Amino acid sequence: MTFLSDKALERLHGSEAPDLFGTRYTLRELIARGGMGAVYAVEDEKLSRRVALKVLEMPDANGELTNRLMREARILAQLEHPGIVPVHDVGTLPDGRVYYTMKFVRGLRLDKYVAQLDSLSQRLRLFLRVCDAVAFAHARGVLHRDLKPANIMIGSFGEVLVMDWGLAKILQEHGATADETILISSQKAESEKDSTQSTVITGRGTVMGTPGYMSPEQARGNTEEIDVRSDIFSLGALLKFIIVGGAQPKSPILPRPLLAICVKASAESPNARYANVSEIAADVSLYMDGLPVSVYSENFLERFGRLYKRHEVAILLITAYLVMRALVLFFFHR
Amino acid sequence: MTAAGESFPLTRLSVLAAARSQDGVERARALDTLFAAYWKPVYKYIRLKFSQSPQDAQDLTQGFFAELLERGLLSRFDPAKSRLRTYLRLCVDSFALNEMKAASCKKRGGEIAHVALDFSAAEDELRAQAIDPASIVSPKSLEDFFEKEWIRSLFSSAVEELRDVCKAREKQKAFQLFEAYDLSEENVSYAELAASFSLPLTEVNNQLAWARREFRRIALERLHAICDSEEEFAREAKMLFGISTK
Repeated sequence: MTFLSDKALERLHGSEAPDLFGTRYTLRELIARGGMGAVYAVEDEKLSRRVALKVLEMPDANGELTNRLMREARILAQLEHPGIVPVHDVGTLPDGRVYYTMKFVRGLRLDKYVAQLDSLSQRLRLFLRVCDAVAFAHARGVLHRDLKPANIMIGSFGEVLVMDWGLAKILQEHGATADETILISSQKAESEKDSTQSTVITGRGTVMGTPGYMSPEQARGNTEEIDVRSDIFSLGALLKFIIVGGAQPKSPILPRPLLAICVKASAESPNARYANVSEIAADVSLYMDGLPVSVYSENFLERFGRLYKRHEVAILLITAYLVMRALVLFFFHR
Repeated sequence: MTAAGESFPLTRLSVLAAARSQDGVERARALDTLFAAYWKPVYKYIRLKFSQSPQDAQDLTQGFFAELLERGLLSRFDPAKSRLRTYLRLCVDSFALNEMKAASCKKRGGEIAHVALDFSAAEDELRAQAIDPASIVSPKSLEDFFEKEWIRSLFSSAVEELRDVCKAREKQKAFQLFEAYDLSEENVSYAELAASFSLPLTEVNNQLAWARREFRRIALERLHAICDSEEEFAREAKMLFGISTK
């Protein structure tokens, strides 16, 4: 019988994992696997730190997928922002597959994290930080096109990171052609059967995103129609998810101004949506500050209620003062 | 790894259930499977932990499996409390200590005669490994040693089967590549392999991928044969093909 050395045993242990021989990385564990590729936690031996390594797992006969992975890495490299996972390195495995490494994020996915947040204001602050990252990408001419809870990570220090730019698109006015559509990621939540967790890709130029989060124009597969408002649509769905704290009741009871924001953001027609991320973020900020939002006309009671909430302490103090004053007067004149 | 999550059909009675069976044929088959998987790790473990001579270790190994059978030790195994591997190792400890105390290692065998125990090969392997006994004196390192030897035994038999499969399907080239890259002590690149086998790089890539898939399938089949339940199989498969998390 063949005697297997310790080295052979090590190799056979990882017979399904990428061969990192000749790279500066040592394999640790599989983080996620999708339809086309996988992300592994690896140790950067030179810098003694853990990073995430993304590599294709699909056959790539004509090199098209390799080009797409490289483009994804380049897009990420352009997006230096605290809310966007940074790329560290690109390289080639001994078997010829291209990989890139990025920050290894320790933390929770938004869909898990948001359920732990009790207060609405905490959840809305989280949403605003997602908006910051997306607005930055838009300013650099990049659309995410797959914004959903599973693609947002909350780090152990509370940092919010928008992940998985595999479906990203560079806008035409920033020097790319309309066909420069990147169709890399199909990250499927392993433990979940919820269709809203899965990115659906049907082929080159026909991106469907994730049911429940993709805009109607994405669902139609018309890449010409897709612009920043497609991400706005996803942000609207994301906002709704965040507001209800991850729960998915049949008829979630949302504060009406917030509901109006969600409805505006997720309108069927792109023209009926917010024009950019700043606008939706501004409305959410106004709501948090107890001010009227641009997309909702309040009635008197609602206005009173909002003002009461905003000046609750002052109103209570004044009321208490007036009641005491009335009591004093009442007993004094008795 | 996905191995743990894959469904693997139970085509036969689980090995432990079969080992406890009243059916002599079924029991013999199960014991053969178990002994084939465990005799070498047990032998090496006895040699190193108890510093026994090759002859005494051989007697103890055969005696242990006979004891396992005669005293029905497998029926006392509780999968909820430990892994079969750990249970067997503890049984070996207990058996070897008692036998050495009584100094009555008699050659025994009984129903285990079906499996040819190639002790000289096990000795050669121990020599090739050049293990420093001082490095494995702690209980944890002994446990690790036993586990590693068990994996080595399982993988070795899977490699042998892969060799046969490749021969039967006329894919000897794939096995040669697998041998040269995955089993070799040398670090060779795919490009070097392509040059020495006069194959395009993509062919090397494809052949290696196929051989690894086959190896994994065979190893999992063999693992499945010695697991008592699907849960245990899933756990062990994950450990076997999972990635180091040290």
